[in-house]
Amino acid sequence: MAEPSTSASISVEINGEVYEREVDARRLLVHFIRDDVELTGTHIGCDTGNCGACTIQLDGQAVKSCMLLAVQADGSKLRTVEDLANDDGPNPLKQSFSSHHALQCGYCTPGMLMSATALLEANPRPSEDEVRTAIQGNICRCTGYQNIVEAIVSVNA
Amino acid sequence: MSTTETTIATPVVTEPTELQKGSIGTSIPRKEDGRLVQGQGVFFDDIRRHGTGYVHFVRSPYAHAKIASIDVSAALALDGVYGTLTGDEVAIHTEPFFEMSTPPGAHIKDYALAVGTTRFMGEPVAAVAAATRELARDAAELVDVEYEPLDVLVDAREAVKDEIVMHEEAGSNVVWSGVFDWGDWEGAKAEADHIVTIDELHFHRFSSTPLECAGALVEYERGTGQWTLYCNHQMPGIGAIWMAPALRAPLDKLRFVTHDIGGAFGNKICLHPYYVALCLLARKLGRPVQWTEWRTDQHTANAHGNERWFHDVQVAVRSDGTMLGFNVKALDDCGAFPRYEPLGCIIWAQVTPGCYAWRNIRVDFTQVTTNKSPVSPNRGYSRMQHLWLTERIIDIVASELELDPVAVRKLNYVKTEQMPYETPNGCVYDSGDYARCLDMALELIGYEGIEGRRDEAAGRGKLLGVGIGSTLDSGTNNFGQSQLLNPELQFSGNNEAATVKLDIFGEVVVTLGTVPQGQGHETTASQVVGDILGCSPEQVHVRPGHDTFFNSHAGFSGTYASQFAVTGLGAVKGAADLLRAEMIQLAAAVLQAPEEAIELADGFARIKDGPEEAALPFMALGAIMNANNAFLPPDFNPTLNHRFVYRPYFGNVDLEKKMGKLTLTYATQIHACVVEVDQETGVVEIVDYAAVDDCGVRIHPQIVEGQVHGATAHAIGAALHEDFVYDEDGQLLTSNFYDYHVPHALDMPTLKTSAIESPSPFTPLGTKGMGEGGGGGIHCICSAIQDALRPAGKPIVYDSCNPSHRVWEMLQDPESTRANVKVVST
Repeated sequence: MAEPSTSASISVEINGEVYEREVDARRLLVHFIRDDVELTGTHIGCDTGNCGACTIQLDGQAVKSCMLLAVQADGSKLRTVEDLANDDGPNPLKQSFSSHHALQCGYCTPGMLMSATALLEANPRPSEDEVRTAIQGNICRCTGYQNIVEAIVSVNA
Repeated sequence: MSTTETTIATPVVTEPTELQKGSIGTSIPRKEDGRLVQGQGVFFDDIRRHGTGYVHFVRSPYAHAKIASIDVSAALALDGVYGTLTGDEVAIHTEPFFEMSTPPGAHIKDYALAVGTTRFMGEPVAAVAAATRELARDAAELVDVEYEPLDVLVDAREAVKDEIVMHEEAGSNVVWSGVFDWGDWEGAKAEADHIVTIDELHFHRFSSTPLECAGALVEYERGTGQWTLYCNHQMPGIGAIWMAPALRAPLDKLRFVTHDIGGAFGNKICLHPYYVALCLLARKLGRPVQWTEWRTDQHTANAHGNERWFHDVQVAVRSDGTMLGFNVKALDDCGAFPRYEPLGCIIWAQVTPGCYAWRNIRVDFTQVTTNKSPVSPNRGYSRMQHLWLTERIIDIVASELELDPVAVRKLNYVKTEQMPYETPNGCVYDSGDYARCLDMALELIGYEGIEGRRDEAAGRGKLLGVGIGSTLDSGTNNFGQSQLLNPELQFSGNNEAATVKLDIFGEVVVTLGTVPQGQGHETTASQVVGDILGCSPEQVHVRPGHDTFFNSHAGFSGTYASQFAVTGLGAVKGAADLLRAEMIQLAAAVLQAPEEAIELADGFARIKDGPEEAALPFMALGAIMNANNAFLPPDFNPTLNHRFVYRPYFGNVDLEKKMGKLTLTYATQIHACVVEVDQETGVVEIVDYAAVDDCGVRIHPQIVEGQVHGATAHAIGAALHEDFVYDEDGQLLTSNFYDYHVPHALDMPTLKTSAIESPSPFTPLGTKGMGEGGGGGIHCICSAIQDALRPAGKPIVYDSCNPSHRVWEMLQDPESTRANVKVVST
């Protein structure tokens, strides 16, 4: 019997660019994004899937990239915080985060922005409760969430 | 003990500053935000180097064990493993870390890795470096360690008996002990109408758990013996003082570089054991090494907050509610090693009387080690524990004597007309109005109609309670307080540095010595510099982070202990003032006008009376001085580049009386809340919450409010959920974010905030340090739960952490908590 393979070739589109790489079968998607593709805006804050600092979009859905293996993303379209660019003028969500002082150290911010982006795409005018529910998987240790919630609620208000 | 002649000096009163009305006091957009919202911040783990060895630590599964043997051969045989480090090598190549305590604590031997014995679960016993993170983890699994388990101490009350001794060299588990006796406790007792006693109170173990774990990328240059640490240490000056002697290296061989840091809250002060292990590996392997701590390891083996027991509390009270003083035995648990300790045995004394005017206070303080994670300063460090005690005393006394907790507070608060107020131990509260802050907080929670709300809640099966947490956020330490623990220590005063220069193209460039972790230093420094130099903050570039090689730091540089608005901005102001004077001199020379005729405004140096006629843009001044200076006279040598070290004046501490000015400023935070307790389940819901802050002049009100929000969230988490729980074998049961529940967005109530400004008379800008918050929310919620439970048999809240199961127990058995408390009336 042949030795089981411990690596695989994957093809992933991230922020509109296609990456074809050989990866360890056990490599976490977040380590692939950070260490292999070197998109370091996506962060790691825990090892149990609780903190949400690694939140990205996979085929339009907000997911925690530490809870997936890189091989599971084969053939998917990913979006990271780097893609929330300012091509068409300032990104209103990012602007709102800044004007509401919704970030202090900024470590949770990329994950928060990705969760909020997924929410706003599905529900452009969320209530405060809907926002709190949508970001309950994202831990922030600096702000107490109040300004984050206000920033998200007011984007399209 | 040596007796030094000391005089307690009066603080230097600073003249009101004459700044142009500009951006100070306005909430301008933060400079940091641009890169952080783009995902373009640079955190240490974002930095890459060719050939890096990724480090994984082999950690003890036992809380206390002899290490019989360590065999690394199987790990080294794995392809891609670069090398290992064990405790035996550490013992040969390093000195134990410097201990600050007097004996017995002075004799404790603390190394980068466990040497011979492991004393807490998760203590690193070896390290492995390999080509990838995964490989390093695999290899660490192959390190074969043989342990011989020993008896375990998890309770400070057992540790103090010394029946099991953790550190043989010390001969005792006691790190430090001493009695502080200020005023006349016996006299107060005699004068009192009531003595209220409380047998035991417990302040639990938790920590701020910053979202970014600890770590570093360490490079070693063989030719020069220079280490560079790209890291997230928040107090590099002191870090280097610990590390360099341990590594037998000169101080300057350690270069600390930080950029963005993902929160710290004091938990990134005691990283020296890990960093020394990394330095040894980088030198041994001749390659860069990188270590990123795992979350579980951060919870298990890095930085817990100090746990503290209060025993035999006695409070002397007059029948009208006037508090005369208290007497208490404090027992502090610092975990396995006193890494920043025993400083916690004195730091609380910055706020000895809390917000109150009692004059007779006696504290018998003992600190012990246990087989738990070492502690580290944690937001509110050591003062929070003591302020919780003072607030518990107020509420317990009020409850037992049937006094109104609001009236008792107002009766006993230090009054605004008493400011500056000297405490019984010689500290000076600089300014404030506690009663006014309390009134504002009570108004925000709707205190007026509270009795009606109690009835309404009772109709729904809920017990409604009101709580108050009065706290002081003492800032700008006098490190001389360390000498009250150990007179031989050569630490006193405080300092911070900054450099401000005008560059060749007219850029104003600021270099800080501080190590920001989200506090917005780039923004507030640019506001101060812009106002002093007469330009917009946008024209001021503040370099992110800290770099030893900037040469813009001082001995105590760092970001800790609520002080940037005083020390950091004091240094920035000093440097900007020097630059301003030179820019005026230079403009006067160029424009051939007297200096008095020159003003700096709108980015120009110009003639006050005729700005249209003669004005030099900053670019012209920078270019002349730096690149086009031949015409300047030979005796005129401005540099347009100024480093300033701000040093607050404290005078000596009095070693005999254990008195002195232990901190420069005292910000106030008064919290008030309304909770509802479910009688069936003990679940506590916060229905109203308010915090009123007074930190003197606010440079950027929005940043101040953000700090209040954050400190409140930490306090609410600690008061209701966050608890590092150990079992009897010393196994941590809450080692990750599943079991250790920090507040999520749905856990946080809406916070109402307000502020007053009582400028500090002792600081260059009238500012006070703030940010730690003194644990106001913990005191406030404990107070509210006790108030809510009054109709259910008047249980006493005796622990700082009150998850639903503990509240439920109090509801079921109020008497067992009441057995703790007695009132003796004379």
